[in-house]
Amino acid sequence: MSARDPGPALLRTPRAWAADALILGSVAAAFYLLLTLAPRELHRSIPSITIDLRPSALPEYALLSLLRMIAAYIISLAFTLGVGYAAAHNAAAGRLIVPVLDVLQSIPVLSFLPTVLLAMIALFPGQTLGLELGSILLIFTGMVWNMAFSFYHSLLTIPEELSEATRAFRLSPLRRLASLELPASMIGLVWNSMMSWAGGWFFLMATEEFSLGKQSFTLPGLGSYLAEAANKGNFTAIWWGLGTLVALIVALDQLVWRPLIAWSEKFKVELSEGQDVPRSWALNVLRDSALLPACGRALRTISERVQEGRHAPTFPHPPALRPARAALGRALGWPAGLAAVALVLWGALSLLRLIAALPAGQWLVIGAGTGATLLRIIAALSVSLLWTIPAGVAIGLHPRLARVAQPLAQIAASVPATAVFPILLLLLIHVGGGLTIASILLILLGTQWYVLFNAIAGAIALPRDLLEATEVMKVRGWARWRTLILPGIFPHLVTGGITAQGGAFNASIVSEYVTFENKTLQTIGLGALISAAAADANYPLLAAATASLAAIVVIWNRLFWRRAARLAEERYHLG
Amino acid sequence: MAISSPPTVLVDAKDLTIAYARPDGGSIAVLYRVNLQVRAGEILAVLGPSGCGKSSLLRVLAGLLRPTEGTVLYRGEPLKGPNPGVAMVFQTFALFPWLTVLDNVELGLLAQGVAQDRARAKALEMIDLIGLDGFESAFPKELSGGMRQRVGFARALAVEPDILLMDEPFSALDPLTAENLRTDLLELWLKRRFPTRAIVVVTHSIEEAVFMADRIIVLATTPGRIVDEVRPELPHWRDRRSTQFQQVVERVYELLTGDRARRLAHLKQLIPRLPNATVSMLIGLVELIHDRGNEADLAQVGAELHFDVEDLLPAVEAADLLGFATAHAGDLKLTELGAALAAATVQEKKDIFRARLLETVGQTREIVAQLNQTEDHRMPASGILDELERHFSNEEARRQLEILIGWGRYAEIYAFDELTDDFYLEPGGVPAEAGSG
Repeated sequence: MSARDPGPALLRTPRAWAADALILGSVAAAFYLLLTLAPRELHRSIPSITIDLRPSALPEYALLSLLRMIAAYIISLAFTLGVGYAAAHNAAAGRLIVPVLDVLQSIPVLSFLPTVLLAMIALFPGQTLGLELGSILLIFTGMVWNMAFSFYHSLLTIPEELSEATRAFRLSPLRRLASLELPASMIGLVWNSMMSWAGGWFFLMATEEFSLGKQSFTLPGLGSYLAEAANKGNFTAIWWGLGTLVALIVALDQLVWRPLIAWSEKFKVELSEGQDVPRSWALNVLRDSALLPACGRALRTISERVQEGRHAPTFPHPPALRPARAALGRALGWPAGLAAVALVLWGALSLLRLIAALPAGQWLVIGAGTGATLLRIIAALSVSLLWTIPAGVAIGLHPRLARVAQPLAQIAASVPATAVFPILLLLLIHVGGGLTIASILLILLGTQWYVLFNAIAGAIALPRDLLEATEVMKVRGWARWRTLILPGIFPHLVTGGITAQGGAFNASIVSEYVTFENKTLQTIGLGALISAAAADANYPLLAAATASLAAIVVIWNRLFWRRAARLAEERYHLG
Repeated sequence: MAISSPPTVLVDAKDLTIAYARPDGGSIAVLYRVNLQVRAGEILAVLGPSGCGKSSLLRVLAGLLRPTEGTVLYRGEPLKGPNPGVAMVFQTFALFPWLTVLDNVELGLLAQGVAQDRARAKALEMIDLIGLDGFESAFPKELSGGMRQRVGFARALAVEPDILLMDEPFSALDPLTAENLRTDLLELWLKRRFPTRAIVVVTHSIEEAVFMADRIIVLATTPGRIVDEVRPELPHWRDRRSTQFQQVVERVYELLTGDRARRLAHLKQLIPRLPNATVSMLIGLVELIHDRGNEADLAQVGAELHFDVEDLLPAVEAADLLGFATAHAGDLKLTELGAALAAATVQEKKDIFRARLLETVGQTREIVAQLNQTEDHRMPASGILDELERHFSNEEARRQLEILIGWGRYAEIYAFDELTDDFYLEPGGVPAEAGSG
């Protein structure tokens, strides 16, 4: 019911726009700072790495890629817990953090790829450390936002009475975190971690092998192995590399994610017992062994030791009780806030000045590039919708088909599109079609799964009684699609569409400009403009193209997806 | 319970006001100047319709909510945070789903720094006392509602509170289970099987209050304040069918529905607080009274329908507000208009309802007038909500808006678009005279 919460759309729109502007300004400032770090010309100071295409080298490459992922994940988790906790517990922090996360998660991070890597190379000249850090930073930015949102949202939706119970029984903040807040957010954290890893592989592959003009930047890993194999046209190596990647992802899924998901089931807040409980063979093995209970006991002893230093909680936010601290906060807060705003203004203005140096003709190029990229994304999304809706609904409505198709689709979806891209390119360049078709295919590969899985979920969630009602009333064929299936799965399609679009922008950036068989291939598009501008150290163009992309994504989300989401919530919400 | 000397005052709440800030700088009180003492040896019931602030009052006593004005003394000391002498039982149990029964019961003890082995012993003792033995290692989701609330009781009693606070502890249970648990708790209390010295129970069931309590505090709404105090003064166990029991129930009903002049004076204000009743409930009640010869005893109707005060009172108030019935001394009597409404056809019912709604509820006239001033007969609900928020808390304003939407839609005075949050006039469906009202 909308009357319950007319807030967001009715009252907050102007403030949301203002917040967007402020945040985009901050991003612009950060971007400008990165640009000032980037070298004026690409010096060949990075030691070049030759990738060993023998299969025996693969374990080491796989391990290196995995370590990069783990490093980025640990940073993401720390960020998630810290920022999510602060946003949920401090109203002022929440007002700042939530819109920032919202904008940051919608900006295609890969558009910063050249800038970030250039800045990192400049900071650590002559070493691969800069590349490593840049890669981890980009993976982190691909992983973190949904995790932070999930944790924050879980904290906010903890049932009021549970949270009152922790206060009525005077639990210390630490015990409260351990016995209420972490358990209550566990399911969301586990699912989002899994999604973040899937997204992380995509970024990892894109950052391990990265070229600007004649200069290529290579980190040893599975991504660079696949790129090198495709570049050399070595199909044996391609199959070995893909096999290793899929094996690694499936192993992680079976040994880490499935057990974690099955384990996290016990943290469901609802008290009713579900029908379809996730299961994991690995977890069953672990549970049968004596090792786990022993670890549990050890952890318990440690946590009790830690808990001993607790203090009695008081009223939440008692303004009268801490005037001194509040005054101190104000005294520190104002200059700090002013300084931050000044920095943001300075950065944003500097960036604007840089962009203003761009000849007017270049804006036409940017406009054409934007149009081309948008068309490519729309084409890919349309193709995704066309095949995934019928397929997803068929799978969702037929449990027997689902048992066969879903695991297959999950394995197919787990292969990051960026890993397949060099191979795709190799085929298309020799068969015909070139980069224009290849880039659409890449976007499609990266996005269709989101739509497919959401269509399946939507079809599964269609209420039994509505399906039976249409059968009894003999509503069939297109009428059934129109009255039940399409409206019923619409909210899921919107969710899938938003996620897919995010992936699509990222994919478009890495697919429009590639170095292949020592030739640079590019097609018209914003991604190509960004990479080419970085290669030529044409920073005004780089800044203008990146800023245009970020602005377009934010505007498009606000104008289109927000409305679709609201429509889904209010008119097509089932149950 | 109390022997000869005057009973110790455990909690002394003085001049409690709970108010929420309005956007324009003013404030809305949900509880106004309430004075309350919890004394050793008593079961105190706090009774009132929804929106009277009874749950807020309990949370102030628990130290979970800071009153806007007034103080709460526990054993003479003002509270600075959660009340150290209380434990609480929640309506929805508030059990941690990922902890076993035993872990849930231990939690409060561990939080107070009780050593693990002593906490375990105490928790097992409580589990035994409350009739949960055998379920120690079960998770809450494996238990029925009644057993879950038993865990809630065991957890609360384990910390040996001076005062046990209960927020509608039986209202989420089916009547039989609720009765079973209520009886068990009362038996433990009467036999002094746990050292707690007073129980405060918030409820909207009159029978429950009269059955258990030594004192019943009756609250009224807008803003919540104490109307009166009733002492059943019947020995336990009380027989619900006895005349004395029924007399106390009648007395409480009178307090809740009486005081009519004051309530109507309030309702006649420009912006009355609409009772949270659907049109179906209102018409259903009017038809029911009509079937009984246009007059009925509310306590009896409530008992027959298994309705609590929460369910029945809003419909009674709505019937009263719109002039379909008058409540007096626990009886509800239909007016001529009410009798006509009950006998009318579906379409006539709408006509009668529309006329009364436009006449008695100024907000509906205001909405129609504003709609008539716009070119497309359409306007966002936010303006009306802003207006309501100047008179009610934000939550109450939203509820008032929903009631206005529901009533007005039924009466076909205006329509509402969920998607855009707009009020609008149906083309051709507008009562011409409405605009000038």
